[in-house]
Amino acid sequence: MDYFAQQLINGLVLGSIYGLIAIGYTMVYGIVGMINFAHGDIFMIGGFIALITFLILVSIGLTAVPVILLLVLLVSMAITSLYGWTIERIAYRPLRHSFRLAPMLSAIGMSFVLTNFSQVAQGARVKPVPPIITGGYTLHEGADGFVVRLSNIQIIVVITTIVLLALFTWLVARTRLGRDMRACEQDQTMASLLGVDVDRTISMTFVIGAALAAVAGMMYLLYYGLVDFFMGFVAGIKAFTAAVLGGIGSLPGAMLGGLLIGLIETLWAAYFSTEYKDVAAFSILIVVLIFLPTGLLGRPEVEKV
Amino acid sequence: MNINDILSVENLTMRFGGIVAVNDLSFTAERGKITALIGPNGAGKTTVFNCITGFYKPTSGTIKLRHSDGEWRLERLNDFRISKIARVARTFQNIRLFPGMTALENLMVAQHNTLMRASGFTFLGLFGVPSYRAAEKAAIDLARYWLDQIGLLERADDAAGNLPYGDQRRLEIARAMCTEPALLCLDEPAAGLNARESAALNELLLKIRAEHGTSILLIEHDMSVVMEISDHINVLDYGVKIADGTPRQIRDNPKVIAAYLGADEEEAIAVMEGET
Amino acid sequence: MAANASQAKTARGPDAAFILKKAVISALVALVLFSLMIGIRTEAGSDGQLTWWTRFGDLAAMVAVVFGGSIAMELLRRWWGPVDTVRVVPPSAQKVFSFAGRALVPALLIFTFLVPVIFYDERYILDLGILVLTYVMLGWGLNVVVGLAGLLDLGYVAFYAVGAYSYALLATNFGLSFWICLPLAGILAAFFGVLLGFPVLRLRGDYLAIVTLAFGEIIRLVIINWQTLTGGPNGISGIPRPTMFGIPLTPGDDGLATLLRIEFSPTHRIVFLFYLILALALLTNWVTIRLRRLPIGRAWEALREDEVACRALGINTTTTKLTAFATGAMFGGFAGAFFATRQGFISPESFTFHESALVLAIVVLGGMGSQLGVALAALAMIGGFELFRGLEQFRMLVFGGAMVLLMIWRPRGLIGHRAPTVFLERNTAISSDLVKEGHG
Repeated sequence: MDYFAQQLINGLVLGSIYGLIAIGYTMVYGIVGMINFAHGDIFMIGGFIALITFLILVSIGLTAVPVILLLVLLVSMAITSLYGWTIERIAYRPLRHSFRLAPMLSAIGMSFVLTNFSQVAQGARVKPVPPIITGGYTLHEGADGFVVRLSNIQIIVVITTIVLLALFTWLVARTRLGRDMRACEQDQTMASLLGVDVDRTISMTFVIGAALAAVAGMMYLLYYGLVDFFMGFVAGIKAFTAAVLGGIGSLPGAMLGGLLIGLIETLWAAYFSTEYKDVAAFSILIVVLIFLPTGLLGRPEVEKV
Repeated sequence: MNINDILSVENLTMRFGGIVAVNDLSFTAERGKITALIGPNGAGKTTVFNCITGFYKPTSGTIKLRHSDGEWRLERLNDFRISKIARVARTFQNIRLFPGMTALENLMVAQHNTLMRASGFTFLGLFGVPSYRAAEKAAIDLARYWLDQIGLLERADDAAGNLPYGDQRRLEIARAMCTEPALLCLDEPAAGLNARESAALNELLLKIRAEHGTSILLIEHDMSVVMEISDHINVLDYGVKIADGTPRQIRDNPKVIAAYLGADEEEAIAVMEGET
Repeated sequence: MAANASQAKTARGPDAAFILKKAVISALVALVLFSLMIGIRTEAGSDGQLTWWTRFGDLAAMVAVVFGGSIAMELLRRWWGPVDTVRVVPPSAQKVFSFAGRALVPALLIFTFLVPVIFYDERYILDLGILVLTYVMLGWGLNVVVGLAGLLDLGYVAFYAVGAYSYALLATNFGLSFWICLPLAGILAAFFGVLLGFPVLRLRGDYLAIVTLAFGEIIRLVIINWQTLTGGPNGISGIPRPTMFGIPLTPGDDGLATLLRIEFSPTHRIVFLFYLILALALLTNWVTIRLRRLPIGRAWEALREDEVACRALGINTTTTKLTAFATGAMFGGFAGAFFATRQGFISPESFTFHESALVLAIVVLGGMGSQLGVALAALAMIGGFELFRGLEQFRMLVFGGAMVLLMIWRPRGLIGHRAPTVFLERNTAISSDLVKEGHG
């Protein structure tokens, strides 16, 4: 039971990270109707930028951990969202009204570019960082000596996720930008006729998605203490699975899907086999798409004849 | 089901969530005749078609089809089998041709099942056996015949998507006829046609009935088409049949006019009496 | 497309200030993007401690490249004119083009047949030729699924892997010869094609793409983890080389060289492999061309155009889709078996998502459905790669960048029209603007 409780905590933390990435997929898919294959790599870039910022801040002698975290968060969100903006501008905008396969291939190409870019720029080796946030709480100590722990970093990941989710739900539901985004999702032509700047709205969607991916990247760095240039691909597919599972186009759905995927993966690894945990995640993707193509919180699609 | 009927729809109900699109509808279509299904927008006509041709599974009710090949319960057949086995063909309200294929290719695709058998399910066809070549030639001849019937022989090798709107409508009918159907379901074949084109359409449909003995079920808004060629008319409003009869009877039915004008029955009667 | 054209229109004439402004903005964006990723380099030291150092020189160089590149791009765009303009081609030139177009296929074919004769002493060219032909074959195989049936498949490499591992396992464990294994590999791959096809029948578009991607990854992960069967990440080595119908291409007494009383040369085997893959590729092409003119091929194309209409015409869309998946997979399986026998060694590393993306890029760049286009695209992509051979570590950067640029330049591919499969009077090509890309 204790073991299960510990896995539950670990799964929820991992799931929060997937959920943050999944929001980027879900928003872009909702508005532009394409899978942003490069989004997983945006997450990876976010992790790298967080790492580098952290190194610089530490070596200039900053010691206050909260200040460091805040600065790292801001810098990594800012620069990563510029990556999101640039990619949309270069690789997707010229193809917006084109043949459907073209933006998809363009996105795959962009994903390769980003992966290889960080491999060339920062080297292929895994980059470890010493634990930045230590300590935690012992929740329960079992008779057999197994300890259920909730570490501070886990608390930070979950709280950050909840705060950001609340913030962006508010943004989409209440602000002018959010309304524009929902309008573009329904009908771009009509939205532009009614004075919505479609280009700008789509750009902003990519920017927001990338900013959230940057947060996920930073959380990943803090939680696992490492980044590498290849981490975007698998994390990206799992986050996409999460977005689909939750119902594509739905923000709470993406979060819910992320949590479920995180839990399933952790529990699978804990009780069955570590080797096949990715196979489990991909199989879930296939099963969900076949039996529940609209996801848990998505809108049903009716085939028009 | 009457001995002369090809199609008998009994107590058909179709619900989408809470919306009842078709409610306890019954009607029949007589063999070798043109039966029309009319009604204002949103009356549930296309839903009935989609149930007959297997695109929707009705919530309840039966759809019986009987002709020389046998008897079927259409609501129990899978979509493609309705065309393949029960020989029911249809056209669509928004034309659904294969736009990137030529007119001739469109008509060849319609003969898929015949050609598939002739090609030994591809294996014999791959090696070009003579029997397949003969079957393909026959298929091209049938396509040529229908292209000639709709006056598009000249444009056989043009992409279907490049044809003018009226030609596309006729090509879709020809494509349906290439499946050699016993029952042909036409969903607003005259929509978007000009007066001359709809006159030509009337002629084509009458010819199909006369020369091929194909029974026709027709959804149409254009009254010049419906009244001129239909043998029997069923009127739907809000998913319910409000009237049926010959064109003459329907023309004079106040309920029908009320449904179309969206007015009360009394008002409609008043309007009619005022006109006459 | 439209966005480019309107940009070009709003800024007509050589407006130096505009170009400069654009270049400065691009350079500033680049400065921010690259500031940390290029300006700072991190590396884990031997003690596991991360160190970092600055690379401001590289950063400045990159920003300068972006600045210069932006000006060059803008000038190029002015010179080339708006993207949408139709450039007037004089009729005489058109005639030359159309003649060249008709002569291209036989010329290419004859040249390909003569490659081993012309380049007999150049092992490098022969190897490259084999590689190009392998991708031509994969492209033609995937073209059945993506180009004809309009079903987007991002996991094609799975069938390539199934073919390769089928041959490797059958040959190393049971000692079966290549010529027995080749059809078996094709059948097994086709079986996997149906296996994938069944669950994904109802999916459309991007969902289909992502499920096929997941399927490809699952196959790869299973190969990595099922160590007792596949050797895991270490792969399978010592895969038998092909024989010329039982006659080995070795220097031994029973070898081909001894039988023909000629001096043995390792090139014999390379030449044999070249003709083998050429034969396999041409078989793929022949079968595809035949299938297109049969009802099944027309049904595939009709499925790509409009699935609902297909069902209304009595076409069983389930079996039609499954046969497309199976046929494409079978060719992938053949190619995989060839790959295994050529390499003599296979490991999961050869079957990554990158391969699927490469083959798909070849099909889309070729112009969906066009056999000639796919062959030209394979030549361009694989040949283009070889030009960057010296820059091994930038390989994916170049490949990814090329994919983006090619899609923007020609979203419809090199050959932008479709040839009808049957005609009464005139055999006129259909513009790809009318041809649908499928929704499955």
